[in-house]
Amino acid sequence: MNKPATAWTDQRVEIIISNLLRGGVMLAAAIVALGGVIFLVRHGREIPNGHNFLGEPRELRTISGILQRAASFHGRNIIQLGLLLLIATPVARVAFSIIAFALERDRLYVGITVVVLAILIFSLAGGHL
Amino acid sequence: MNTYELTLLIWLGSVLAGFLGSLTGLGGGIVLTPLLTLVFGVDIRYAIGASLVSVIATSSGAAAAYVREGFTNMRIGMFLEIATTAGALVGAAVATHLPVSWIATIFGIVLLYSAYASSRTERPRPAGGDPDHLAATLKFDSTYPTENGPQTYHVSGVPGGFSLMFVAGTLSGLLGIGSGALKVIAMDQLMHIPFKVSTTTSNFMIGVTAAASAGVYLQRGYIDPGIAMPVMLGVLQGSLIGARLLPRIRTKRLRWLFGVVVLVLAVEMIYHGMTGSL
Repeated sequence: MNKPATAWTDQRVEIIISNLLRGGVMLAAAIVALGGVIFLVRHGREIPNGHNFLGEPRELRTISGILQRAASFHGRNIIQLGLLLLIATPVARVAFSIIAFALERDRLYVGITVVVLAILIFSLAGGHL
Repeated sequence: MNTYELTLLIWLGSVLAGFLGSLTGLGGGIVLTPLLTLVFGVDIRYAIGASLVSVIATSSGAAAAYVREGFTNMRIGMFLEIATTAGALVGAAVATHLPVSWIATIFGIVLLYSAYASSRTERPRPAGGDPDHLAATLKFDSTYPTENGPQTYHVSGVPGGFSLMFVAGTLSGLLGIGSGALKVIAMDQLMHIPFKVSTTTSNFMIGVTAAASAGVYLQRGYIDPGIAMPVMLGVLQGSLIGARLLPRIRTKRLRWLFGVVVLVLAVEMIYHGMTGSL
């Protein structure tokens, strides 16, 4: 065990991860805000329908649907793209941790982190239990 | 009331929830869903979806600051995330099958417990555990910064902590909350992890846990952009303001006030859940 080298790597990894988290959240918030402005300019004067639960249409539920529709410049689609990015931020953090643990040659934690990432991907893919 | 006015009101309520949540350490998620359903008449499934999204935003934003300070234990966090994400998946799956009135009632009961927990400021901590074989294998033992330099700590009670984390994850997925309080209990009380390490590691984990259930909510169409937008932006702004003011504000009276608000919301949620009038 060479303790100082490990500590240094941990410290660096943690700082990169913290920047990744904050950057992801801020970018997501900016996209959501942009979508919000477009949505309100276009639909602000309509009467909302929040009481009845309808569920979101197909194109706002799936990753592929959201990505395809984002370019269409509809407010709701852009908001959903921002929210998808926000959900992806912790997932990216976990994926990055796999690389970090691999660099530290910590096989046990590469395995543990792969399990967490698999659960997250399963969830994003639908999560039908 | 048109969409513009409703969005503005939800945004204001979310700023307040995020502000109080970050000042009291209870998180904004716990009051958001009752606020949206009871005050604004939003369907509880949309409310939970929006709340989950805001939980990811505040957790990831705050975690960045804590990680820098060196309190967060990434190995403990990652290992326990197996339990919380698996629990979150189960919770989210259960939520899609459970009647709305049941979810409201369970939410009310969790709120009641939170009000009780927030009234107790200091929890007696059991004496530190002996070196534990499982914790040593998992490389949990670490150090945290103190005024007198790095302080070593030993972790124990791994199976108990792991099990409680699964419960915390399930509640998070079912109700769209961070379950930060339960996570801290699992680490601080059952695993003998120092309090500051427990709270920061818990915060680090909340975002990943919420992402696990948010995926399911998104696929089921429970995340409505029109509602999630003002909630996510409002809670994020409120919590950032709260974090900035925290060192200058005495939080004792605020915690008490927040506890009363949570108590009232708890009773309302249980009442509406029981009578099916939500």
